[in-house]
Amino acid sequence: MIIRVLSPGWLTSVQDSGRIGHAAIGVGRAGAMDDVALRLANALVGNAENAAALEITLRGPRLRFDSDALIALTGAVIDARCAAQEIPPWRPVWVPAGSELDLGGMRRGARSYLAVAGGIDVASALGSRSTDINAALGPFSGRGLVAGDDLEIGKTADGTLGPSSTALGGRPSADRAGHDGIAAANWSLDPQPWFDARGDLPVALARGSHFESLGAASRRAIFASDFRVGNESNRVGYRLESAKLKLDAPVELISEGVVPGTMQLPPNGNPIVLMAEAPTTGGYPRIGMVATVDLPRLAQRRPGDHVRFVETSLAEAQTRYLQRERALAALIHSVTERLKR
Amino acid sequence: MNPFALEPLGDSALLVRLGDGIDIATNRSALALAATLRAAALPGIRDIVPAYASVCVHYDIAEFASAAGPGSPHLLAAERVGEIAARFLQANSGGTDAAAEDDAPVLEIPVRYGGEFGPDLGDVATQAGIDEQAVIERHANGNYRVAMLGFMPGFPYLLGLDESLHTPRRASPRTRVPAGSVAIGGAQTGIYPRELPGGWQLIGRTPLVLFDPGRARPALLQPGQRVRFRAIEAGGEFAALMQ
Repeated sequence: MIIRVLSPGWLTSVQDSGRIGHAAIGVGRAGAMDDVALRLANALVGNAENAAALEITLRGPRLRFDSDALIALTGAVIDARCAAQEIPPWRPVWVPAGSELDLGGMRRGARSYLAVAGGIDVASALGSRSTDINAALGPFSGRGLVAGDDLEIGKTADGTLGPSSTALGGRPSADRAGHDGIAAANWSLDPQPWFDARGDLPVALARGSHFESLGAASRRAIFASDFRVGNESNRVGYRLESAKLKLDAPVELISEGVVPGTMQLPPNGNPIVLMAEAPTTGGYPRIGMVATVDLPRLAQRRPGDHVRFVETSLAEAQTRYLQRERALAALIHSVTERLKR
Repeated sequence: MNPFALEPLGDSALLVRLGDGIDIATNRSALALAATLRAAALPGIRDIVPAYASVCVHYDIAEFASAAGPGSPHLLAAERVGEIAARFLQANSGGTDAAAEDDAPVLEIPVRYGGEFGPDLGDVATQAGIDEQAVIERHANGNYRVAMLGFMPGFPYLLGLDESLHTPRRASPRTRVPAGSVAIGGAQTGIYPRELPGGWQLIGRTPLVLFDPGRARPALLQPGQRVRFRAIEAGGEFAALMQ
């Protein structure tokens, strides 16, 4: 059970929910930028939420499957074809052995997730299969995929190719001799709560430790400006451009811990929001902290897109996070039940 | 009791700050507090990251909330971590035990100083007003301690650099610093675990592998580890160690 990478697209990497417990030796979390989309893609093929899948950035790869496989696509809206057939997103889809999957451009968003029943079975490093490109750690020595890479598919819990539920539109190949095309489930998830299709929802930001050190104009500008996502933005950080932000007085800071979501202000006045591959420590003033619940939303903005920040409190940010987790758990549970029927 | 400050780091982490300077006593406390917090094993805590003068505690909002009960998770996290920090500082009001640490083994790091391995050795010497050999002797004779790891997996920030060797970072950073480079950045000295861009002054290179995720202990140096450098020649020993 192998997926061969025929062309990698702009940047495609193996990601799970990230690397936990090694930050004290400088190892960051990495993992999916849009963790919600990853978890839903996994749920749709019957995987554990944190199984390894492919994170596809901006333009998709071409992949060949050497056996039948149950797949699901979530996250950014991507052109996806198998032979001449379009692959519908946010639902389980059987692709037959020998298929070539052609993933193209993204009409909305920056990151799509492709999960395969059984998960991508690469060796784990420090407890995770996520690729930390900046730290060169994880699958394929921490690099994005290149043409010729082979991805092993893992075994599902029951050793089959995936759920053989009648709730799926098609059935596994054993019962499907002579059937060449894809077979998509006749149901799908509504992406609306999980994907900001218009890309214009605000991102909640709490004041950071050094917010008060900003000049009055800059304090206002954070919540009033339209920031442009800079071209240098990547999995480590989003570089935001607008009117330059300035501190009233320099902040002398020695290195201390930082986390994804930290909005730092380097001397050039353009804030950087640290993302999945955030380093474990940093020394720039921290002017804001993006609410964890909104990190997937920010991660779906592409270079050139705009982002506005709305002020939140930590209590409100955590309440929203817990509400989302409850809704997500309920949805994943219902998908799991549906795949059993 | 020593004072400490608790500060949220967004909605999924908090910082316990024990000071705002770079000194051995504060750093020793930060490392010991990190160990105490780790031992306390509060449910929902994902990572504990000591730095020069602080400890960063990462938590999973949902896991922490379900274990901690009703209330705002960030307030409960501050309360729980604050209690542990207060007890720790009360118990260690005379400072953490330096004697035990001074008996801990010292890791010796072989370094080929100067030449192609340390292209900035001359600049550091000029800055210090001494010759290259004197820089090597002062650097290799120092007693160092790993204050923290950060920036990259396995990158150690070392305390104990001789004051005469403090050298500002290079005006224009290099795009490629070779793995194993021993470098000076201001008052700090560190070692690049792999090829990276960097602006520190490169004075030598070690053949030791600082970070290898396949090893039982991936990072060669842990926070608190005592370190000495030993000058070696480019030929035999360096090449042999590279094997």
